[in-house]
Amino acid sequence: MKTEEKILRQAQNRNKRLDAFQRLLLFLIICLITALGTIIWIIPDDTPGLADAVVSMQEHSGVESSVTAVLLNFRGYDTLLEVMVLLLAVIGAWSLAKAPFPRQVTNTSPVQMGVVRLLVPLMFLVAAYLVWQGSHLAGGAFQGGAILGAAGVLLLVTDLPCLRAIPAQLLRIGLVLGPLLFVGVALFCLFFTGNLLGYPEETAGWLILLIEIACAISIGLTLSSLFAGGHPEYERPQSNNPTESSGNGEKP
Amino acid sequence: MITTLLYSMTGLLLFAMGFFTLIVHSHPLRKILAVNVMSTGVFLILVATAYKPLGMGQIDPVPHAMVLTGIVVSVSVTALALLLACRVQETSNLDLPGRKKQGRIPEESGQ
Repeated sequence: MKTEEKILRQAQNRNKRLDAFQRLLLFLIICLITALGTIIWIIPDDTPGLADAVVSMQEHSGVESSVTAVLLNFRGYDTLLEVMVLLLAVIGAWSLAKAPFPRQVTNTSPVQMGVVRLLVPLMFLVAAYLVWQGSHLAGGAFQGGAILGAAGVLLLVTDLPCLRAIPAQLLRIGLVLGPLLFVGVALFCLFFTGNLLGYPEETAGWLILLIEIACAISIGLTLSSLFAGGHPEYERPQSNNPTESSGNGEKP
Repeated sequence: MITTLLYSMTGLLLFAMGFFTLIVHSHPLRKILAVNVMSTGVFLILVATAYKPLGMGQIDPVPHAMVLTGIVVSVSVTALALLLACRVQETSNLDLPGRKKQGRIPEESGQ
C-alpha cells in the first residue's frame, strides 16, 4: 500500500511540472491567443457586419424574426446540412452500440418522479410555444427541439417510458421527418421558383413554419436518442448484459 | 465596447485552455471535454462580436444563427464521440491511459 501511494504521489508530482514539449506548446498557444486577441481588439466598434443586409431583405423572407430569416431563408442551405449532420450522428450512434431499455422502473425517488411528471408536459408546451413564436421573436426549431430533447432526457433518467413507448417504425419516421420535409420543400422550391430553397414570397412564412415544426420534432427525438446512447433494443431485455457498458455512453 | 471585449477574451481563454488540454492529455474523454470547452469559447466569441450597444444599430443575426445550430450540432457530435471512445476502450488493444489494466496512476495523476 505504501509503495503504491508513493508511486502515485511521484506520478502526480511529475505531471504537475511541464516538460519541454508542453512548455513549447504553451508558448505557441499564448502567441496564437495574443494574435487573435489583438485582432478582436482592433475590430472597429461600428463594423456593420451583415445586419444591414439582413434588415433590407427582411420583408421578403416571410418571417419577422431576423435570426429565423437567416436560419431558414437566407442561409437555409446551411441549416439543411446541419439537420443532416444530426441525422448522421444518430445513424452513427445506432450502428456503434445498443441501448438496453429497462422493462421495469428501477428505484427512482418519488420526488424525482413527481417533478418529472410535472415538468415534462410543461416542457412540451414551452417547446411548442418556442417553435410557434420563432417567426416573430427569438425562438425556433432548434430551441424548441433542444427543450424537447431535454424532456426526453428527463424521461430517460427516470426510466419512464419515453423512447420505449414510441413504436420502432414511428421513432424512425420521427427522426427523418425534419430532414426529409426540409429536402422536400427545397425540391418543391427548385421546381417552382428555380432556386433550391428559394421560397415563393407569399407562402414563405408557412413553409418556414412547417419546416420548423418538423425539424423541432426531429431534433428533440435525435437528442434523446443520442442520450440513450445507441440503438434502442426492444426484445429480450435480460440478454443484453454484454452491451450494458456500451449503452451507457453518456455516463462513463 | 468593454463588455464585448470581456466576453471575447473569456472566449479566447476558454479556447486556449481547451486547445492545450486537447494536445497534452491522451485520454479520449479529456479530449472530448477539451473540444467542448473550445467550441464554447468559439460560440462566446461569435455572440460577443455580434453584440451592438443599444442605439448603435441592429444586432448582427448571422453569427447568432450560426451559434444556434452550432450548439445543437456540437451536442450530437459529443455524443457520437463519446460512443466512439467507449468503443475504442472496449475493443482496442492499445494501452490507453485510464484503462483498468494499466492501474490508476495515469488516470489519477491528471486530475
